[in-house]
Amino acid sequence: MVKFLTFLINGVSLGSVYAIIALGYTMVYGIAKMLNFAHGDVIMVGSYMCFFAISSYHMNPVAGVLLAMVVCTLLGMVIERLAYKPLRQAPSLAVLITAIGVSYFLQNGAQLLWGSNNKMFPAFLKGDAFSFLGGELKVSVTTVVNVVVCVVVMLALTWFTGKTKMGKAMRACSEDKGAAQLMGINVDTTISMTFAIGSALAAVAGVLYMSSYPILVPTTGSMPGIKAFTAAVFGGIGSIPGALLGGLLLGVIEIFAGGYINTQLQNAIVFAVLIVVLLVKPTGLLGKQIREKV
Amino acid sequence: MKKGKKLSATNRTNYLTYLGVILAFAILQPMSAAGKLSPTMQGQLVPICAYVVMALSLNLTVGVLGELSLGHAGFMSVGAFSGAVAASALKDAIPNGGLRLAVAMVIGAVFAGIVGVLISVPVLRLNGDYLAIVTLAFGQIIKSVVENLYVGVDGRGLHFGFLKPLTNLGQGGRMILNGPMGIPNITKISSFVAGFVLVMVTLAVIFNLVNSRAGRAIMAIRDNRIAAESVGLNITKYKMMAFVTSAALAGAAGALFALGQNTIVASKFDFNTSILILVYVVLGGQGKMWGSIIAATFLTVLPETPAMRGLADYRMLVYAIVLILVMLATNNPALQSFFARFKKAGEDKTVKGGEQA
Repeated sequence: MVKFLTFLINGVSLGSVYAIIALGYTMVYGIAKMLNFAHGDVIMVGSYMCFFAISSYHMNPVAGVLLAMVVCTLLGMVIERLAYKPLRQAPSLAVLITAIGVSYFLQNGAQLLWGSNNKMFPAFLKGDAFSFLGGELKVSVTTVVNVVVCVVVMLALTWFTGKTKMGKAMRACSEDKGAAQLMGINVDTTISMTFAIGSALAAVAGVLYMSSYPILVPTTGSMPGIKAFTAAVFGGIGSIPGALLGGLLLGVIEIFAGGYINTQLQNAIVFAVLIVVLLVKPTGLLGKQIREKV
Repeated sequence: MKKGKKLSATNRTNYLTYLGVILAFAILQPMSAAGKLSPTMQGQLVPICAYVVMALSLNLTVGVLGELSLGHAGFMSVGAFSGAVAASALKDAIPNGGLRLAVAMVIGAVFAGIVGVLISVPVLRLNGDYLAIVTLAFGQIIKSVVENLYVGVDGRGLHFGFLKPLTNLGQGGRMILNGPMGIPNITKISSFVAGFVLVMVTLAVIFNLVNSRAGRAIMAIRDNRIAAESVGLNITKYKMMAFVTSAALAGAAGALFALGQNTIVASKFDFNTSILILVYVVLGGQGKMWGSIIAATFLTVLPETPAMRGLADYRMLVYAIVLILVMLATNNPALQSFFARFKKAGEDKTVKGGEQA
């Protein structure tokens, strides 16, 4: 029982991080209808920023996270402006390949700038674990922070897309860009803003991911990137609650598969579950069923 | 088309593609035999052929069938490992290297084809990005499974183990596939000639498929699935035909690739490899087979050229920038209309051929 609860808690903790990354994927997909393959590498850049802020410049961890967010926000906007905006009318595969190019660029740029050797991310979430069930069940500070951040981000995003002018503009753009433009919405600014928010979230997620898996290399971002992308599809890509649900489920399944079955088959099981889910619900758990018209 | 009349544009392109491959082989083979090629180029010949076949087969899925596949390296992996295991197990039965390679490639193609059938059942029920993510998932699953597979051979035949190394091998038995360590000490039996033959066979298979009734059905499904269905085409059958053919060809390419290496490990055929092959297809032009051949050759050789070697650490960065710039340039409306002027008005219809997203 304790084992089960421990796995569940670890799964939720990991799933929260996936959910935050998946939010970035899903928002960008919803509005720009593109798979932003460079998202995972934005996570990596954010992690490096925070790493240098904390260990080289001895900044306060919170300041480090903020710095990472600012850098990633700018990076996301620059990438969108230079690489994706000129391709807005292009076929989606062309955009996909460009995104892959950006991903290679960031990985290799990071390797040149910061070297390819492992860096140990400093453990800044210190403090005693919370004990339950007479000390048998321990919940680490990292877990609590992950879950709290995830909930806060979710609430903030729900409020943002539902209540603010910019959020409504985003929803309008993802519904119908042409009509949104006719209503006086600046589509370019809105898309740019979406990339900014998604990338800022990627920075947060990167730092949280690093506090659980502290080895930092230029390819750090790709695996959580792929997993979060899977999570976004799992929940139904384009849907914000779907990203949360998909992320959490993916994290829990991953930890359970590793704990109860086999750690080496962990990834295979995660992806197998994804396939089964898509067979039953072809547009993900909370995805919109799009009726095809002739 | 009447005989003796002018060839149709498609047939002309197809024959020119064959001719181009034959010419390239006719130039490179004597150079390679005479040792005129640099050692790096010499070593790249077989991988180039394998990647060309990979790009061609993926182009069948992406360009002709119009579905995005992000797990093509998975089929290559299946073909590589089944082919290399077969070649190793048949070492005594078939001493002739060329024949053994042919058998290994057929076995690789068959296994990859079987996996292709299994995968196509769930994959082809989905559309668009959901289909893409399932192919990605399959690529990852294949990698994980191969990483935990152990195969050994002794007097009694092949032995398989999953997750744990084999312990029950008899006298004189040896391990072939060793889980995450892959297959070490492969006898290199792949040759440029074999690679050339495989490329030609692949071209023949693809061109004949595309030019057949089935091929036209596949392209009709790509262009408008519902319209195709409403004229009575069996969507699943034709999609599966394209998908499984593509998988089998990738399997043969995998076997060719594996038997030209010293060692192969499952992580060689990961998501990045799938993406790399997709890059060849998109850069070469979807549905354009000659484009895939040129792109695969050029991009495999590019990082090894002296000019790029001079850049040392920067070469992958330059590669990434080239990739982005090429995509930006080829999709730039101003440049497109500039080039469109050079095209004859009659050829306009061929331009739109493979632009299905």
